[in-house]
Amino acid sequence: MNELAPVPTVLPLIGAALALLARRHPALQRAIALAALTGSLAMSIALLVHTERHDLVIGRIGGWSASIGISYVIDRFAAIMLVVAMLTLLAVLVFAIGEHARGSGSQIFMPVYLVLAAGVGAGFSTGDLFHLFVSFEILLMASYVLLTLDGNESQIRSGTTYVIVNTIESIVLLVAVGMVYAATGTLSMAELPARLAALDGGLRTGLQLMLLVAFGLKAAVFPLFFWLPDSYPTARSPITAVFAGLLTKVGVYAIVRTQTLLFADANHTILLWVAGLTMVVGVLGAIAQNEVKRILSFHIVSQIGYMVLGIAIGGPAAIAATIFFLVHQIPVKSSLFLVEGLIEHSTGTSRLDRLSGLSHRSGMLAALFLLPALSLSGIPPFSGFVAKLGLITAGIDSGHGALVAVAIACSLLTLVSMMKIWIGAFWGETTASMSPVDGSTIHPAAPRWPVPMVAATVAMVGVGLALSVAAGPVYGLCERASSDIADPQHYVDMVLRR
Amino acid sequence: MSIALVVLVGVLFATGVYSMMHRSLTRIVLGVGLLGNGVNLLLIVAGSRPGGVPLVGQLEGATDAIPQALVLTAIVIGFALQAFLLALAWRSWTLDGNDEVEDDIEDRRLAAELRRSIRIAEAARRAERDRILGRAVGE
Repeated sequence: MNELAPVPTVLPLIGAALALLARRHPALQRAIALAALTGSLAMSIALLVHTERHDLVIGRIGGWSASIGISYVIDRFAAIMLVVAMLTLLAVLVFAIGEHARGSGSQIFMPVYLVLAAGVGAGFSTGDLFHLFVSFEILLMASYVLLTLDGNESQIRSGTTYVIVNTIESIVLLVAVGMVYAATGTLSMAELPARLAALDGGLRTGLQLMLLVAFGLKAAVFPLFFWLPDSYPTARSPITAVFAGLLTKVGVYAIVRTQTLLFADANHTILLWVAGLTMVVGVLGAIAQNEVKRILSFHIVSQIGYMVLGIAIGGPAAIAATIFFLVHQIPVKSSLFLVEGLIEHSTGTSRLDRLSGLSHRSGMLAALFLLPALSLSGIPPFSGFVAKLGLITAGIDSGHGALVAVAIACSLLTLVSMMKIWIGAFWGETTASMSPVDGSTIHPAAPRWPVPMVAATVAMVGVGLALSVAAGPVYGLCERASSDIADPQHYVDMVLRR
Repeated sequence: MSIALVVLVGVLFATGVYSMMHRSLTRIVLGVGLLGNGVNLLLIVAGSRPGGVPLVGQLEGATDAIPQALVLTAIVIGFALQAFLLALAWRSWTLDGNDEVEDDIEDRRLAAELRRSIRIAEAARRAERDRILGRAVGE
């Protein structure tokens, strides 16, 4: 099994190369992309089953030992993230195929999308700090292209901001990686904990903060989130869906890894402040907006705050809740953006002042929006409630009552902004028009979408619901993943064993 | 560790950050280039001591090869990034004749709307105050 650890990353890369070769044959390209991501998903599930039954999966690239070469280390946490990520990528791919079926597809979309998948896979499975930087670069480079795919004015404008901000993030991360190497002489995440612990306290805090700034920019936490609500809404809906679901979460994943593995005994007070402010500012930003995509984009920021809260509280219970939050957030957030894509596909806009009465036109669309929206707001019995309950319990147990109160208030405000979308877009009169023939009013017909778009959205919403139904077993899995993380020594021993 | 190289890293960072503060995308690309080179040099300076060629069997006094491998990767990534940024600048120029980095339009629109509604509310309040004051004077 160990040799197969990089497969979820390598398959999409091979697929990207093949899809680029097959750029003149859209049908072949689609088949390649679907096959690569399905293979990745199957492999990720196999890896999850293996980590669950046996132990860590450690792939040493080129057979080098962990201290020199790159190792792919897949523990339960990484395997869970891989499965959820590949599932989301696959569903969004199906949605994009449906959207492109009308002939507007770009030759470059499939290859770049697969490269993005490879970057996400590498980010989740690497056990090497520099390789983490490289996988960030892979997924960022792909995201630059995807964000500016249409090349129109608004995409270029927001894309420029996005590229520059993320370039600065890469530079900060690279400097941090260089400093870590200069201070410790290694970049393997298995060797680093012992070597970092031997360093002077001030130096260690400096390194920790540099990594935190870099990953915080990626994850869009409070002072570093400004680029996200500006850039994400300009891309096409499936692209925004996959960005919203995955990219920031890779940043959160990296924060969890570094904070629990490399700087386990560090002081997390600053993270508590960051978490509280991210939740509040994000949700207030969402309430102020007037467009579905922008409201949802600000929600990404707000929800990141909850995950950072779990990391800041620390301890197995809070980390377990954070992992469950990640697992719940990726499909739910993506499905909301996919629903937004359906709205935009049938009405041509996502502005609340131009939308009205959608629930009369399509009850299914209303249901597809309502279920993940309630889940995101944390209404029982949905998965968002379970995730937030876990965080709140952990917060109260560790004596962070004030932050728990903030989290609950933000949850209510999330519901308010979801109601804003609901009232603005789904309630009200359908916009009827006068018939030119006899002056009678014509009610717009029920919207129709290509089958893959609807199927993908239904599947994503279904995944969210399945997480609510199977919350017990999934939460148990997250707790086991969290107890793995709480015992970094096992990770270190396994990776360094020759 | 060579002082000259350390100073050079500082100079590259300073000039790079200064160039990135501009609105013109071309200057930002130049800034990214300078900053990227500064980081690469920093990796070399901080990561390894000068030494011999690290060949198998002659490792006595050899330099550490890992930072160089890292820098090589970083150079390739930086090259791709700059190429993409230049393409963006070109596209921006063909679209609207300049390569300025602009503000968030939707954000400005919301702010303008807010300012307008505050102005309207203030005008209403002033009118109300004048009405009450006018009545008081009239009595």
